[in-house]
Amino acid sequence: MAKERKGIEVSLAISEAVGQADCDVISAYPITPQTHIVEHLSEMVAEGHLDAEFIPVESEHSAMSVCCGSAAVGARTFTSTSSQGLALMAEIFYITSSLRLPVVMALANRSLSGPLSIWNDHTDTMMVRDAGWIHIFAENGQEAYDHVFWSFRVAEDAGVMLPVALNLDGFIMTHMIEPVEFEDDALIKKYLPEYKMKGALHPDNPVSMGCFAMPEMYTETQMAREQALLNSYPTCLKAWEEWAALTGRHYHPIETYRADDAEYCIVTMGSFGETAMGAVDALRAEGEKVGLIKIRLWRPFPFDDFVKAAAGKKTLIVLDRAISFGGPGGPVALELRSALYKTPGAPTIVNYVAGLAGRDVAVNDFKHIILEGKAKAAKGDTGGYTLYGLRA
Amino acid sequence: MLEIRFHGRGGQGAVTSAELIAIAAIGKGKFSQAFPSFGPERRGAPVVAFCRVDDKKILIRAKVYEPDVVVVLDPGLLTLVDPTEGLKPDGTLIINSKKSYEEIMNSCSFSCRVGIVDANKIAQEELGRVIVNTTMLGAVMKATGILAVDDIRGAMLDRFGPKLGEKNMKALGRAYAELTIKE
Amino acid sequence: MAKPMNKIAWQELEVGAAVSEVGNAREYKTGTWRSLRPVVNKNQCIRCGVCWLFCPDTSIVHSPEGHFEADLEYCKGCGICARECPVGCITMVAEEE
Repeated sequence: MAKERKGIEVSLAISEAVGQADCDVISAYPITPQTHIVEHLSEMVAEGHLDAEFIPVESEHSAMSVCCGSAAVGARTFTSTSSQGLALMAEIFYITSSLRLPVVMALANRSLSGPLSIWNDHTDTMMVRDAGWIHIFAENGQEAYDHVFWSFRVAEDAGVMLPVALNLDGFIMTHMIEPVEFEDDALIKKYLPEYKMKGALHPDNPVSMGCFAMPEMYTETQMAREQALLNSYPTCLKAWEEWAALTGRHYHPIETYRADDAEYCIVTMGSFGETAMGAVDALRAEGEKVGLIKIRLWRPFPFDDFVKAAAGKKTLIVLDRAISFGGPGGPVALELRSALYKTPGAPTIVNYVAGLAGRDVAVNDFKHIILEGKAKAAKGDTGGYTLYGLRA
Repeated sequence: MLEIRFHGRGGQGAVTSAELIAIAAIGKGKFSQAFPSFGPERRGAPVVAFCRVDDKKILIRAKVYEPDVVVVLDPGLLTLVDPTEGLKPDGTLIINSKKSYEEIMNSCSFSCRVGIVDANKIAQEELGRVIVNTTMLGAVMKATGILAVDDIRGAMLDRFGPKLGEKNMKALGRAYAELTIKE
Repeated sequence: MAKPMNKIAWQELEVGAAVSEVGNAREYKTGTWRSLRPVVNKNQCIRCGVCWLFCPDTSIVHSPEGHFEADLEYCKGCGICARECPVGCITMVAEEE
């Protein structure tokens, strides 16, 4: 494929990227709204455009099991799911990272039942927040395309060897046709080295994977897992630097927009960020000293980068797209309050939960949330969270 | 930025209309988005599709609430939905109908600019079937001037192949020519 | 020889808690779990190998003379060999202290 800017459905751009990455094995089960990704991949394999094994399975639980087997023998492995599919594969999802297997997943964020909902929010990814995977968020088609390669690059790095979840908002991104700049195959080959796994399963080198551990050992295995995730951070940065050097597109764990001289900021994760930029521009034009902080790297959480971005701000209005029932609020707000716990003079945090099950959050909604959040903070009303747009 | 809303029935290709405009606009170096009203769809059910076109990057990830143009692919929908909802005061409503403006206004009261073309007839004659999504694009282009007819040829031929693509272009061209606009 | 579990630091673990020391299950001697041991009457034994086939633990070894005997370092005394022996030449006998 040559370098080309074209209008394409984001799902298909992801499939094409997986093809350009010369993936070896794809095993997935279809679920709305990820279906176009895996359908197109199966077409690409069937028509000979991609030399890979497409392994259809009877459930997501089997899909992730197949991916573990495939990754364990050193094959470049890709899968995709959402919501209930993720829930069904959850036990294997945790195991994948414990085995240090570099599976890459496009996670098309969709709300968890119940009630049954096929639309977008972050409840599915929050369910597996603690599973030891690397989590990255793409906000638009270009970012989704670029991060397929970044995900393989980081996952398969010999010093990382961890699975990566590429989060993208279901429907809002998967079913959106927008411009994507495709890079040519030569550039991709330069960026993504051929994958040679150390310690891969092979009859000549017997190894046991997926063993049982007594209480005397389990704690130590979990520390090893935690360190692996923490240690992946420098490689995440390096992989972005390498991509920027080749394409000119720069990405960072935390990104800001008009935040340098802002008194208060809205914080988003996922495609919220794009619409929020429009709201920030509109409010700035009205004289508000508002900015935007966007979280791109969710796990390992970039504490230092975030604390730096939040420094000097009076208030952060944190937008969540998931709820932790019976808890202190949205998972992102919870994370950020924790991140700022020991920072003297840290900004106050006001938490909104919006956009559950794909409910539209338009520019005017963002403006409303920002201004109302600012007012709440001024009154000291910074506990709990507000469920935006609730009809009561 | 131009925002378009398409009203159709599932299976009539409303989403394809939006897609073709987006792909053609992007092909000309513009920025564009095309997307359906997200959700499960079945043949015959009223569906909505959206398109945005701009010369700079589009940062909105939400529905189109105030379209500049509304396209109604199936005149039967006029009694089911209000196609002018949210339509900008200087916006245009484009309807596929064989009725005249006066006949339409007997049962509807639109105060906006209205474009009418008998896309059913054109599609039947040029394509042999009453699938009007590509035909109606001619009307959209004439009413908005957003793209020249030839700008969409590449996307059309890509989608439908050389033979069917050219037939669709012919139907599109006729709608472009035969659209009548009442200010 | 594997280190005792409670002496292993997390940094010493292999990647993904994998175990690449081949066959180190041998170091885990399960013979101490036994309260009955199989005793073979070699005069009756027809060397058919059924006990060897059925042992769920691969703890019956084939001696050079062709007999089949429990490896007492691993035999857990489940009694399946005695149950399956077609000529009934295996008796389960209580472990002597």
